[in-house]
This record gives sequence, structure tokens and C-alpha cells, in this order.
Amino acid sequence: MRKLALSDEILLSIQQPARYIGGEVNMCVKDPKSVAVRFAMCFPDVYEIGMSHLGIQILYDMLNKKEDVYCERVYSPWMDLDAIMREKHIPLFSMETQDPIKNFDFLGITLQYEMCYTNILQILDLSRIPLHAADRTWDDPIVIGGGPCALNPEPIAEFFDIFYIGDGETVYYDLMDTYKESRKQNDSRDAFLKKAAQIPGLYVPSLYDPEYNEDGTIKSFLPNCPEAPEKIQRQIMMEMTDTFYPEKPLVPFIKVTQDRVVLEIMRGCIRGCRFCQAGMIYRPVREKSVEKLKELAKKMLKSTGHEEISLSSLSSSDYRSLESLVRFLIEEFYGKGVNVSLPSLRIDAFSLDVMSKVQDVKKSSLTFAPEAGSQRLRDVINKGLTEEDILSGASEAFLGGWNRVKLYFMLGLPTETTEDMEGIALLSEKIAEKYYEIPKDQRKGKVQVVASTSFFVPKPFTPFQWARMCTKEEFLGKARVVNHKMKEMLNYKSLKYNWHEADVTVLEGVLARGDRRVGAVIEEAYKNGALYDAWSETFKNEVWMKAFETCGVDIDFYTTRERSLNEVFPWDFIDAGVTKEFLKREWLNSAGGIVTPNCREKCSGCGIRRFGGGVCYENQD
Amino acid sequence: MKIRIKFSKQGNMKFIGHLDIMRYFQKAMRRADVEIRYSEGFSPHQIMSFAAPLGVGLTGSGEYLDIEVLSTDSSKEMVRRLNDVMVEDMEILSYKRLPDDAANAMSLVAACDYTITLRKDYDNGLSCSGKEFFTNLMLFIENGNLEVVKKTKKGEKLMDLKPLIYEKRLTEGGEGIFLKLSSGSSANMKPEQLLEAYCKSLGKEYPAFAFRINREEVYADSGPDTSHRFTPLEEFGDDIE
Repeated sequence: MRKLALSDEILLSIQQPARYIGGEVNMCVKDPKSVAVRFAMCFPDVYEIGMSHLGIQILYDMLNKKEDVYCERVYSPWMDLDAIMREKHIPLFSMETQDPIKNFDFLGITLQYEMCYTNILQILDLSRIPLHAADRTWDDPIVIGGGPCALNPEPIAEFFDIFYIGDGETVYYDLMDTYKESRKQNDSRDAFLKKAAQIPGLYVPSLYDPEYNEDGTIKSFLPNCPEAPEKIQRQIMMEMTDTFYPEKPLVPFIKVTQDRVVLEIMRGCIRGCRFCQAGMIYRPVREKSVEKLKELAKKMLKSTGHEEISLSSLSSSDYRSLESLVRFLIEEFYGKGVNVSLPSLRIDAFSLDVMSKVQDVKKSSLTFAPEAGSQRLRDVINKGLTEEDILSGASEAFLGGWNRVKLYFMLGLPTETTEDMEGIALLSEKIAEKYYEIPKDQRKGKVQVVASTSFFVPKPFTPFQWARMCTKEEFLGKARVVNHKMKEMLNYKSLKYNWHEADVTVLEGVLARGDRRVGAVIEEAYKNGALYDAWSETFKNEVWMKAFETCGVDIDFYTTRERSLNEVFPWDFIDAGVTKEFLKREWLNSAGGIVTPNCREKCSGCGIRRFGGGVCYENQD
Repeated sequence: MKIRIKFSKQGNMKFIGHLDIMRYFQKAMRRADVEIRYSEGFSPHQIMSFAAPLGVGLTGSGEYLDIEVLSTDSSKEMVRRLNDVMVEDMEILSYKRLPDDAANAMSLVAACDYTITLRKDYDNGLSCSGKEFFTNLMLFIENGNLEVVKKTKKGEKLMDLKPLIYEKRLTEGGEGIFLKLSSGSSANMKPEQLLEAYCKSLGKEYPAFAFRINREEVYADSGPDTSHRFTPLEEFGDDIE
């Protein structure tokens, strides 16, 4: 029996003890004494969320393939256990060996969303690792961050020794080897970090110093030693077929958010929506071969016993062999008790045909993401979905028996007018009207159209990185406009409108485009009780507002301020692949509503072609 | 074809609740390529039922579930295949074919065996040794007032535990107690109810985390009228050669 870090009485008095005991199906077991490097991989949120993340499963598998590395996992203890660990002085531990995190060589933290930043401090704090990288010694693990938020790591720069910029499949082995060398040669921690800084894609924040202008913007951001490169190159795994992918992913005991086999069919997106960070920072589109995917699907279903398989990508309809893959999955597995789930699919004849086979039409709903209520604004954001597409898709679906539609929009997009907001209600109404065009005897009850809006947050490395963000009051005012218009609609009884509070959005805006000076606010908020900010039940806005005040950091500087075209951004030292010139061009085009074609229609010269692969070279295979 | 599977759930698996154990076995069936039967309809589910849920915190060494399969290998082979896909602390003990008209395990449950010991690593506040505690517990069962208040949906009900205790004895060395208790839909007794009643009689708070409770076996009762003849559930099936 594996020893556990927590006693029976603790485990039996908290929610979901299975979050902390490990021992799941396909867990990697190694003797920690027989390896050179112990790596703790962390998702800084509760187990059910962290275990649903594909990236960690890929890295867990990849690192454990290396014989002399043992990669284990750690998640944020939920509030109930957090309190007990502080009271009883229990150090944070890993799932596998249940050993204290402090004893590991590396603590890797994935940065999937900004609102997890206080959870990072909780992880460090409970592990008894100094919060600031500057205070750490060889008694502490090397703390490394990666994932989409590492593309602007500055707000959390002080808390990390290294950031890994780009696809995890590329330079982790190099880092492990460099580490082993350094330890063998008795390098100092600083000497090791300087060596790490020379590995492409690795950013060591302590080796760079920002200087600020009088107006608070960045004057310069330069390395303070010769070992650190001026620009950090985002690492791209070009070969997506012949690379790491977990054939035996972990299977949790408790139900987690993503309780299924996840098959990543491609990385990147050809669409170029101007608000979307993922669409820019994962360029170029790289597909996995359909043969490889079929083989993986078989192996992964067998090794996990999951009853569902889901395709994962930013826009599955753009995967060129989608039909072949989906038909295979249905023929091979459907009917054997395995469900096929197809998110992020464009609604057309093919997808409706497939969905009618694998879903109960009566219970499922159709989802569209027009993102903006008018064609004008959809052109501004380069969302290539027209009203015509939506109405004809909905119409076909209604004839196929569906009668529930979900619509996703954003409020607060650049150039938005009242007409654009009201367009959300008008589009919802038009969809409802489409339904009632069907003769009464062919309709199945009432139609339900649910429109949801989120508030727009400008993100680094998107054309909208220059955009002014709305204030909380502006956001809520916009939601009121939509809500009011909804009630004026003829079929208002069939329409439903959802929106939520704007406090978190404002904060996300600060953290997304923040610089190093924001770090103090995160630390102050954490010390005053902010934790699990991504969870509405635990989010404490007043704590954050007070922290801004205490630290003298101005929210508006990061959110509502207009940025000039030649401002130096805190993330400019990263070369994400797409060039700043391209983003600038897109930003200027957006103002004029000029649409940019997708990568397969026409190359727009975003800068990613120089990396020599993916969609840019598709027809030259 | 109806199959009865006997398994043990030990160690850290005691923290996994019944619903998650069901999910665990559904996935295990697919990993082991058991040709389990599915229900009809849009969301087909495996034909699978458990004899008696085991509470979180308890271990079991004679737990049961019934499944239906379309075809099967020998018992020996199926036990091996299932054990190949088990996690640590879960073990398949037997895999037997039931007659087609066999009643399902859940409806048969009439009694369960338990052994209870005191945890050595836990300060239980009882201020006595395991030996003393269980010797006195034996006497309590013999002579004490075993009427307890049971909370039901309709309110509170008085329940006499005494007739529900079919067997009791000290385990070897006297460090624990063995109990055969009535179980199932008609008169269900949990070992914790007895421990709680006893602690109450001592005027002490019931130390919920002080005990290790292992369910040893689950029985059907095939005795005529009011006499009992307890048969372990696995004995209703036969090995497949």
C-alpha cells in the first residue's frame, strides 16, 4: 500500500479525498531514488480541472519516457484542505509518491488562465518554497512556468525561475540534460539558470531588467548578462504526427471535467479572429495524420476504458480529413458503448448528419459562436461567420429535429455601437423566427434560443493588444442594452439572455496585459486571502481592489488606457511567431472592417512562414 | 449470460466512494475487453449491479457485483484479465457463471461479516487497549441496551440492534471483534451503529476515525422460515472451465 501524506481522519473529513491520494489507472510508478531528476508538474487549480487538461498528460507521458526523470503531479488543495494544511503545518505533496514538493528538482506550473495566479502563490507557500525566485537556493526546486499565459509572463515574473515559451514537446529534454550537467559540476543555482537561458525558448526573468518612461510605459527591456538572449523565440513542434502523445492517459477515480479520451487532431487555427490569442500564438496550423489518429483512438480507448472520445482542436471543421476520421470513429466504436463527441464543429450538412447519429437530438442543442451581433462588427473582429451561415445552419438543424440553440457573443469589442449590441437580440429573434417558418405539424414544441455574452479582454499577441478595454460600468451598461432589446422581440418568450458580473473581467484585463509592477498586487491580494479567483464562489473582489490601492497600481493604466502604435509592450521581448508588423496591420484593418482571408485562402504574411512548416507549406507536401 | 464477480477493495481504495467504484468497474470492463451486455437506447449503459455499497472509509475483502456478458472466457482467464487492469488495492477474487434465472446480488443480501480493530496510530480518547475495548464490547452486546435511534425520512425510529447481530467473537489475540450482522433491505445494520451505541453507554464521544472496519463476506439467507442458512454470494455461481 502506498503511503499517503494525509491521515485517514483528514482524508475522511474533507470533500473528495480522491483528489489527494493518487493511485489512478495508468499512474507512472518509479523509484525516486533511481532517477536523476524529480519533476512535479502542477496545474494550479482543483484536481477535477487539472486532471482534465491535455497538455499536462502529454508532458507527464513525455517526461516519464525519460528513464532518469520521474514526473509526478500536484494540484491546488481545495479551500477545506488548504485550511487544514496551514493549521497543521502539512507541506504540499505530490500525487504519486506523496513526497513534499520542496524535495523535487523542478516544480512546473502550467499557466492556462490569468485567474489562477494567486493559486500559484498558494502552491509555493504550502510547499514552503520562497514566493520570490530571488530568495530561493538549491534547497528549493527550480520553478518553471509554461502554457498560454507564459506569453506574457511579466505579472508573475518574480515568482518564477524560468518560463518555457512554446510547445512543451521541444526543449524539455535539453533542460533536463542541462540540469543534470549543472548539478554534477556543482554549479551555483545562478550559473545553472544562465545555462538554461541559452536554451531556445527559455526565459529566465531574473536576467532581464525593465526600464520605464515617465508616463509608466516601458522604455526598454534588456538582458543584464551576456548569456541571456534579447529575444525569446517561441518553440514550435512542427511534426505533430510523429511526436509525444499519451497512449495510456491517466484515468481518475472521480468524475472530472474532461472524463473522456481526448484526441488532439491539430494545433493552431487558420481563421485569424482578431480577438483570439490561441488563434495567433499556436500558428501555424499543424495537423496530425488521420492514420495516426485512428491508431491513437484505438489504443487510448483500450488503455483507459473511457466511454467517450472527443476531438480537440481550435476549429475541428478545418481538419482536412475530418470526415474520414469521424466516420471511422463512429463505425469502429459507436455501438460498443463509446460515445463520440465533436466540439467546435461548424454547423453544416456533414456535422448535422454526424451529430444526428451520435447524439440524442431531443436532448442536445446546437451551438454557434457569432461573437458579435452585427455583420459590421463581425468584419471588425474577422469572424468569418455570416448571418446567412447561421440562419441556414439553424434552419437545417430545425428540420432535423433540433429545437434548442445556444449563441455565444462578446460585449465590449473595439468600435462596438448600440446597433451592434442590439444585433444580438435581433439575430436571436431571426433564429427563433426561422423555427416558426416550419409548418406547425412538423415542429416539435417550442424553440429555445439562449444567447450568452462574455466581456471582451484584449490579449497580448493579438491584433487587439492595442485596444482599450471597457470599464466595469461600461460592460454592465452594454449587457443592459442587450437585455432590454431582447424583451422587445416578438418571440421574447423563446429567447433567453445570460451575462455575468464584470469584476473578474476587469482583473483579468490587468493580469493579461500587465507588467512586472502588477506582481506586487498579486502577492498582496494573496496575502490578504485571495485564492481560487476563477471560481465565482471564492472570488473576493474587495481584496483585490484594496491590493491595488495598497501597492499604488492603477487599474486603468492597464485596461482603459489608449495605447499608441509604437508603445513597447511588456511581452515584446518574446517572438511568438506572428510579427508585430502583422498584428499592427490587422489592428488597422479591423478599424476599417477589412476582412483578412484565412490561411488556406490566402497567405497574409503573418510571419510564421519562416518557421518552415504547417499550413504555410500544405500544398507543397 | 449472468456472471458474479467477487473482489476486494483494500488500502487507499477505501477513500473511493461507491458511485466512483461503479464508474471504475465500467471502465475496467472495457479495458479488460469483457464482452459485457449494454442496455438498449440512445445512451446505452452496461448491465452491472452491485450487491451492497461499501461506505467510504471501510475496506472489503468479499465484495460482489453482477454483470451480464454476451460471451466469456474461462473463469481463470477472466480473473487474470481483470486483475491485469486493476489498480493497486483492488483485486478480482472470483468470476462465476450464474444460472439464467438467478436473482441479482443486491436482492439476495441478508447478512455481512465484519472485523473491527482499533487503529494504533490514532489517539481515540477511549483510554483502554484494543483487547479491553472489544472484550467489554462483547459483554455489552450480551447484556447492554442495544436500542438506538435511527433517523429515517419520516422521522426518528427506535431500532433494536440485538436481534440483528447473528454472530460475535473476538478475533485471534483478542485485538478485534468479528461480527455477522443483518444486512439488506429488510433489516440493515451497520457496524458503526453498534460502536456508537457502545461508546454512548460509556459516556464517551464516538471516535469515528478510531476503527478499521473490514467487510469480510456478504451472504444470502436460504434458511426456511425464521431459521437462517447463510450462503456466501459467490456460491450461487459455478466456475467456467
